[in-house]
Amino acid sequence: MENQVDPQYSDIIDEVLNKFKPFNKNLLISILQEIQYTIGYLPKAVLEELSDKTNIPLSQIYGVATFYHQFRLNLKGKHLITICLGTACHVQGSNNLLNYIQDVLQLNDNLDTTEDRFFTLNQVRCLGTCGLAPIIKIDNDFYGNVSPTDLKKIFEKYRSIDV
Amino acid sequence: MLENCCSKCHHSISNPCKDWVICKTEGPLCHTDISCKNKIVNSLNQIMNENTNLVIKIGMSTCGLAAGAGDTFNEFQKLLKERNIQAEIIKVGCMGHCYAEPIVEIIEPNGSCVIYNNVKNTDVESTLNSYFDKKTEGVLAIRYKKGTLSDEAKIPLFQNLLFNKKQKRIILNNCGIINPEKIEEYIVFGGYRALSKVLTKLSPQEVIDQIKSSKLRGRGGAGFPTGQKWQICYDVKNDQKYFICNADEGDPGAFMNRLLAEGDPHRVLEGLIIAAYAIGASKGYIFVRAEKTLMANHLKLAVNQTKQIGLLGNNILNSDFNLDVEVVLSAGAFVCGEETALLAALEGKRAMPRPRPPYPATQGLFGKPTTINNVETLAHVSTIILKNELFTSVGTEKSKGTKVFCLAGKVKRTGAAEVPFGTTLKELIFDIGGGIVNDGKFKAVQTGGPSGGCLSDKFLDLPLDYEKLAEAGFIMGSGGVIVLDEDSCVVDTAKYFLNFTTKESCGKCTPCRIGLKRLQEILEKISKGQGNMADLDDMNNLGKLIINTSLCALGQGAPNPILTTIKYFSEEYKEHIEKRRCPSHVCANLVDYRINPDECINCGNCTKNCPVGAINILSLTGSKQYSIELEKCIRCGYCFNNCPMNAIFKV
Ligand SMILES: Cc1cc2nc3c(=O)[nH]c(=O)nc-3n(C[C@H](O)[C@H](O)[C@H](O)COP(=O)(O)O)c2cc1C
Ligand code: FES
Repeated sequence: MENQVDPQYSDIIDEVLNKFKPFNKNLLISILQEIQYTIGYLPKAVLEELSDKTNIPLSQIYGVATFYHQFRLNLKGKHLITICLGTACHVQGSNNLLNYIQDVLQLNDNLDTTEDRFFTLNQVRCLGTCGLAPIIKIDNDFYGNVSPTDLKKIFEKYRSIDV
Repeated sequence: MLENCCSKCHHSISNPCKDWVICKTEGPLCHTDISCKNKIVNSLNQIMNENTNLVIKIGMSTCGLAAGAGDTFNEFQKLLKERNIQAEIIKVGCMGHCYAEPIVEIIEPNGSCVIYNNVKNTDVESTLNSYFDKKTEGVLAIRYKKGTLSDEAKIPLFQNLLFNKKQKRIILNNCGIINPEKIEEYIVFGGYRALSKVLTKLSPQEVIDQIKSSKLRGRGGAGFPTGQKWQICYDVKNDQKYFICNADEGDPGAFMNRLLAEGDPHRVLEGLIIAAYAIGASKGYIFVRAEKTLMANHLKLAVNQTKQIGLLGNNILNSDFNLDVEVVLSAGAFVCGEETALLAALEGKRAMPRPRPPYPATQGLFGKPTTINNVETLAHVSTIILKNELFTSVGTEKSKGTKVFCLAGKVKRTGAAEVPFGTTLKELIFDIGGGIVNDGKFKAVQTGGPSGGCLSDKFLDLPLDYEKLAEAGFIMGSGGVIVLDEDSCVVDTAKYFLNFTTKESCGKCTPCRIGLKRLQEILEKISKGQGNMADLDDMNNLGKLIINTSLCALGQGAPNPILTTIKYFSEEYKEHIEKRRCPSHVCANLVDYRINPDECINCGNCTKNCPVGAINILSLTGSKQYSIELEKCIRCGYCFNNCPMNAIFKV
């Protein structure tokens, strides 16, 4: 039962496949991207159903989904915090920021989503705004030259908007 | 401006006119009609904002947004409304001055242009006051001496700013000036004239010859001659060819592709269309990182706009040339930037490089002949077609033209600077970048990204030129320049890059997948104070082996950060190995923490935070004093980071 696809997901897959007509295996990455935009991540059951519907072997879909950094196989919290660990940010102390975030949100390298599923922390290497390092992005908003004190305020802002 | 002037103009997607681009700025060309002439002149004036009282341009590229330009924009809107000031606020790209973001330029039609720096939302009011009172507060520069400010002599002209003086801005010329979301502005600033010339006057071979004569080299890293690349693909006979613009910029520290595509996307697109014409491709792709949303959106918008007016599609400008272009979002992996990996990604597979030959020029996307060029390479094309002398007049013998370098790290003025090849690192870091932050001491500069090297101060006079860098054992890479000061540790930097390449290795070939892991282990040991001098030889040998045997340039370049740091910073490795000390206090295991009793207020924070109970109170001669037991200390740094008085220091 556990692997049964939520009917809502099934509709989403159909909808996405509809967008990419005529279907072609080359479109796999774009299809996965589109599904992830809608659901927030790529649940296992969705990949299985996608494999059934497209005749692309699950191993191949899984191979692609795990190769690229953009794809998430685990549930995402309400807001996605992206921390840059690129060179410029590293030189400007992004590791301290990472430690700080993991500390206050009680996360670690194996746990990226807060217990209340409010924040998910995503680590990337270069967001392309190195001149304002260190950089944090929350959902689609960028924050440059951030310090732990700034972060505290920023997190509070997101929490307060949401209550 | 885009619509036809009257019924005598027949231009449409199905029946295109070859002179359309020129006509829009100089026309009408096919008939003489004063009212049509007026229409065109009026539309030009409108685009140049000649009829507006006040124009406020805000740099809203991703870097501007990261500095808070979004809030600045909202605040301007609010205040202008409150004060009932008629003004047009325009979102422009980035002029490259990251250190001064958010940047706001206030323009009056009489030509006075005042540029303000670091305008946060809280500074908007004072900026407006300063402007209307003709004061110089907050002013970074002015574009012209017009006597509009009361103390104007004190304010530099924009082109004389230290950041700008040694630059030669050709491809960045429109960035921060035009509205990147409007194709009209690009056309008014001379855009699509090169395409017009190519399609009406030049054969593909003539285009290739012109690119060859300019000696343009690929800006994506390897510096391969672009004309030669196009020639190879042109010479292959096939009904279907592809052209791909590599906009998958993933090199940490380099952001010129993003800046260009966000601030002037049509320049890149025009280069792409000309390139596709030259090699004979009928389908083009722009492969851009999904996370770089603004860059992708501006490129998509540009493609749609050109489709709507017939600069893309069938029979472009009545030349029989057909081209469709699609923007494809890359799901992100550093190795995707490698051209054969990029092809695999576009085919929907895991982005694993494959051996070459066959080269993409003969067997590329879906097995068809394909040419791949970088964003910045393509941005040079229109200049070369229209004004080759402008391009070739600067640079060195073998590296012609300009290159955009991105300055980041511990440098005062961070940003993107377009300079002629041959400019020295010293000019770039000290004249343009203003030297080291807090007047600190320069230690090293990292160029070429994860495949590049760390250069010590003895290379500061090295001219930036493909051959000169290669002779010294470095690579140009994509142009990221990251400056390190005395607070950065080169062993840590080498370790950082190795972690990067180990994680980004696609895993296909053994030297890269396993060799890098072994290198990483040795470096890890050294940074923990457990290394020995023989490790350096081992790393050198293993590094060379990886370079010689890896499948793609990722593995072939990955050992460079280690090899160059061992070569040019051997003393620092020695300190780590023999003295078990990190002189910059970066490698966590090699620093000791001490408490300065003069600063300590006995708050007890450190004792509470210490996970191993290594901080105790000593009662010395009656007074309490905290101290750290070195045997117990695990060097986690919690006490250091949490001391409210900064009384804990590293030795
Ligand atoms: C690991 C790796 C990453 C690369 N990343 C990029 C990139 O992000 N953008 C790019 O244009 N070229 C990148 N390149 C270089 C490309 O393979 C290719 O040489 C380049 O796109 C060709 O364009 P050009 O001749 O205009 O420079 C990368 C190469 C390697 C080995
Ligand atoms: S290194 Fe962090 S944005 Fe580039």
